[in-house]
Amino acid sequence: MISSTNFIYLALLPPLLAPIFIFIFKNNQNLRDSVGLIGSLISFYATINITNDLMNGGSPTLYLFNIFSDLSLSFKVTPLGAVFGLLCSGLWILAAIYSIGYMRGNNEKNQTRFYIFYSLSIFGALCVAWSSNLLVLFIFYEFLTFATYPLVVHKETDESIKASRLYLGILVGSSLMLFLPAIIWVWYSVGTLNFADGGILNNTFDPVYAPILLSLFVFGIGKAALMPLHWWLPAAMVAPTPVSALLHAVAVVKAGVFSILMVICYIFGPEFMNSSGSGKFLIWASTITLFLSSVIAIRKNDIKARLAYSTVSQLSYIILGGAIATNYSLIASVSNIMMHGVGKITLFFCAGAIYVSTKITKITDLNGIGHKMPLTFIAFSIGALSIIGIPPLGGSWSKFYLLLGAAQSELTIIIIILAISTLLNTYYLLDPVFRAFFMDKNENVKTVNHPLTVYPALCSAFLVILLFFYIDPLLQLVNLIIY
Amino acid sequence: MIDLIAIENHLPALQVVIPLLLAPVAILVSLPFLSWLVALFGSLFCLYASVSLFFQVSEFGKINYFMGGWLPPYGIEYVIDEASSFMIVLISLMGVFATIFAYQSLKKEINKKSQSKVYGMWLLALGGLLGLVTTGDAFNLFVFLEISSLSSVTLVALGSKKDKRALTAAFNYLLIGAVGATFYVIGVGLLYSVTGTLNIADLTIKISELTANNSVKAGISFIIIGLMVKAAIFPLHIWLPSAYTFAPSAVAVLLTATATKAALYVLARILFTLLFNADDFTVIILQWVLLPASIVAIFFGTIRAIFEKDIKKLLAFSSLSQIGYITIGLTLGTASGIMASFIHIANHSMMKAALFMGIGAISIQLKKSINVDDLKGLSKSMPVTSISLTVVILSLLGIPLTIGFISKVYLLKAVFSHGNWPILFIIVLTSFLALGYAWQLIENIWMKQPVDTALTINDDPKIYIPLVVLAVFNILFGIYAYPIVNSAFNASAAIFWKAL
Repeated sequence: MISSTNFIYLALLPPLLAPIFIFIFKNNQNLRDSVGLIGSLISFYATINITNDLMNGGSPTLYLFNIFSDLSLSFKVTPLGAVFGLLCSGLWILAAIYSIGYMRGNNEKNQTRFYIFYSLSIFGALCVAWSSNLLVLFIFYEFLTFATYPLVVHKETDESIKASRLYLGILVGSSLMLFLPAIIWVWYSVGTLNFADGGILNNTFDPVYAPILLSLFVFGIGKAALMPLHWWLPAAMVAPTPVSALLHAVAVVKAGVFSILMVICYIFGPEFMNSSGSGKFLIWASTITLFLSSVIAIRKNDIKARLAYSTVSQLSYIILGGAIATNYSLIASVSNIMMHGVGKITLFFCAGAIYVSTKITKITDLNGIGHKMPLTFIAFSIGALSIIGIPPLGGSWSKFYLLLGAAQSELTIIIIILAISTLLNTYYLLDPVFRAFFMDKNENVKTVNHPLTVYPALCSAFLVILLFFYIDPLLQLVNLIIY
Repeated sequence: MIDLIAIENHLPALQVVIPLLLAPVAILVSLPFLSWLVALFGSLFCLYASVSLFFQVSEFGKINYFMGGWLPPYGIEYVIDEASSFMIVLISLMGVFATIFAYQSLKKEINKKSQSKVYGMWLLALGGLLGLVTTGDAFNLFVFLEISSLSSVTLVALGSKKDKRALTAAFNYLLIGAVGATFYVIGVGLLYSVTGTLNIADLTIKISELTANNSVKAGISFIIIGLMVKAAIFPLHIWLPSAYTFAPSAVAVLLTATATKAALYVLARILFTLLFNADDFTVIILQWVLLPASIVAIFFGTIRAIFEKDIKKLLAFSSLSQIGYITIGLTLGTASGIMASFIHIANHSMMKAALFMGIGAISIQLKKSINVDDLKGLSKSMPVTSISLTVVILSLLGIPLTIGFISKVYLLKAVFSHGNWPILFIIVLTSFLALGYAWQLIENIWMKQPVDTALTINDDPKIYIPLVVLAVFNILFGIYAYPIVNSAFNASAAIFWKAL
C-alpha cells in the first residue's frame, strides 16, 4: 500500500524528471514524445489516489525541509488543490497526445526545448496546486511564469519576443510589486503563512486594511487576468496552440484564479471576507472585467484572440464567485475551474486542429469548413455550449451555482450583467460554429488530416458531457472546503 | 614538527600574515604557473583559517587576539566574532573561486611577465581585506584599507595590457581612494585627539561619554565619508564602473566579490558600534545621509544599467544599485535590517562574481570588451556558460528558488517591520525595473540569431568550472537558505545587540 505522501512524490516527480529523459532521447522523436505521455499517465494515476485519500478523510502532506526557520517547503493537498491538480494532470494526458500531433503536423522547430518546458510548467502548476503555505505558492507561481516563457517565445520571431516581454513584464511586475509585498504584509502581521481552514487573518488583522490587502493580492496575481492586468493573455497567444490550450486556458490562468481562491478561502477565510467587507470592490472589478472582455471578444476575428478574451471573461466568473464568498458562489468558482478548463481546452484543441489542417486563423475564413472537419466542429460546439452554460453540459452547473450565489447575496444588478454576458458568450462562441456549418463553402481551402489533433478534442468534449452527470464527486470535494 | 595547536591559536593573525608574506614570493618566482600556485595556496590557507575560526566562534564565542601579546588599548587587537567571521569566510571563499578562475583568464589576457605581479598584488589585496574586517584597531584598519586599496589599484592598472583605458580607470581609483583614505585617517585623528585611544572597543566606551562633543561628530563624519568612498556608495562611486570594466576579468571578479563588501562591513561596524551610542547623530547619518544616498544609488544604478551597452559597465552599475539595497538595510537601524544587509552582502558577491566570470569568459574568447549585442546566439556556441549565466541573472532579479529571492524577502520583511512604506515601494519598483537591463541579456543569449564572430567561440571547461559551481550555489542556497540566513542572523546580532 502506497501512502499518500508517496503518491505526492509520484505525482510531482514525473513532470520534474521528464525533461531529463526528453533531453536524453532528443534524437529519437518517438521515444522523446512518449516521455511526456507516460509521465502524464503516472502523474494522473497518483493524483486520483491522492484525491481519493482526501475524500476518505485523509490529509495528504509532503514535508521536504524548512526554507526559513518558521516556513517549510512542503505540500499539503487541500480540496481546492485536489480539484486543480486533477484538472492539470488529467488534461496533461490529452495535451501530451495533442502536442505530438500539432508539433509534428506543423513541423515546429526546437521541439525538444518545447517538451522540456511544457513538462516543467506542469510541475510548476501541480506545485502551486498543492502548496502548503503562501510562500511556496508564490515560489512556484513565479516558477510557472518563467517555465512558460520559453514556450511563449517559442517561434523566436520579433513579434513573439515582443509579446513575451509583455507577458513577462506584466506577470513578474505585478507579482513582484503587489503580490510579494502582500505576502510579506500577512507574514509580518500574522506571523505565519500556512494555509488554514477558515483563514488566518481573523483575529489578528485590522479589518480596515483588509480591502487594501485583498486588492494587493488580486491585482498582484496577474495570472488571474483581472482587468487592467489582462493584456498578457492575448499576447501569450503567439505561443504554439498546445501551449495556449493547456497552459493559457488551464494551468497558468487557473493557477492565477486558484491562488486568489486559496487566499480567499485559507488566508482571509470566507467569514472574514464578509465581515470585513473586503470582497465588495472585487465583486465589481470582476463583473466589469467579465462584461468588458465579452464585449472585446466579439470584435476579435482571430480565433485564438477571441478565445483568449473569452478566457479573461470566464476567469472573472471564478473570481466573482470567490468575491461573493458564500457557499453557492464558492461551489460555482471551484466547479468552474474544472468546467471551464475542460471546455476551453476543447476549443483550443479545435482551433489548433483547424490551423494544422488548413492554416486558417481568422473566424471569417471558417465559412463552410465544418463539412470538411465535422468531428472538430462537433467538439468545438460542445465546448462552446458548455462554456455558455447550457445543460446537459458541465459548464451549466457552475453558471447555475453562481446565479444562486448572487441571488443569495441579493446582487440583482450582477445577475442582470451575468445574463447579458451570457448572451454575448453565446454570440461570439457560436459564431464560428454557425459559419462552419451553415455558410457557403470556400472551395480554395485544402485540408490535411492530422488525427492526433482531432481525437484529444473529441475526448475532452466527451469529458464535458460526462462532467454534467458525474458532478457528485466534485461537489463532495467542494463541500470539504465549505464544511 | 609543527605544533598544530599553536597554529590554531594564532589563526587570527596568520590568515592575514600568510597572504601578505606570500605576496613577494609570488612575484619573485616569476613563473605564471608557480605564482598562481602560491596564490592558490595562500587563498586556500585563508579559507581553511577562516572556516576554522568561524566554527571556533560559533562554538566558543568571540575571539580576542592580541598581536604580539600586547594588551589593548595599547596593543593591536584582532576581534573575531560572529560578524567578522562571517565576512572572512565570504572573502576567502570568493578569493578561492576568483583565484581558480584567474589562472586561465589571466593567461589569455595579460602577458607572461606581468602575471606574477598580478598574483603578488592579488595576495596583498586578499590579506588586506581579511585584515580590514578582523582588526579591532582604528589605525590598523587604516593601514589595511590602504594595503587593499593600493593593491587593487595596481590590479586594475595591470588591465592596461589588454586595454589602455585601464590606466585612467586606475588613476581615478587611486585619486578618489586616496581622498577617501585621507578622510578616514583625519577622522581617526580627530577621535584620537579627544579620546586618546585607537582601539575600537575602547573608543566606543569613551565616545559614549562625549556625545555632544563636536570633534567626535566631525571625526565620525570624516570616517563615514571615507568608508563610503571605499564601499562605492552614491555619489562617491565614480571610480567603480570604469575600474570594473577595464580591469582584467579575474580582477573584476575579485574586487566585486570582496573589496566593496569588506568596506560595507566596516561601515556597518563603525555605524553600529562606534556611533550607535550617540543617538541623534546616528539618526541624522542614517536617515539623512545614507538613506537618500542609497535610494538615489538604486535608481541611478538601475537606470544607467538599462541604457548601458558595455556589459561589464552594465554589471558595475547594477552593482551600484545592489549596494544601495545593502545600505538601505543598514539605514533601517534594526537587527533585521542589518541581517538583510548581511544576507545580501553574501548573496550579491556570489551573483556578481559569477556574472563577471561568465562575461569574462566570453570577452577572453572574443578578445575585446563585449557589448550586449555580442551575446547574440551564445546559447549555441557556449551552452554551459549560457545556462550558468541565465541562472545567475535570474538570481540577480530575485526570482524564487535563487539566493536573490532570499535577499529580497528578508529585505522586504525588515522594511515592513520598520513600517517604512515609501522605501518598500521603491524596492519593489526598482527590482522590477532591473528586468529592463537583465532580461535583454537573456533574450540575446537564447532568442537571437548569432552574429558571425560568435560562431568561432566555444565553452572552455578550464574557465567555466568556478562559474558553474557558483551558479549551483546560487540555486542551492536559494532553496536551502538556512546556512546563510542563520549565520547572517548571528552576525547581525553580534553587531546590533552589542551596540545597544
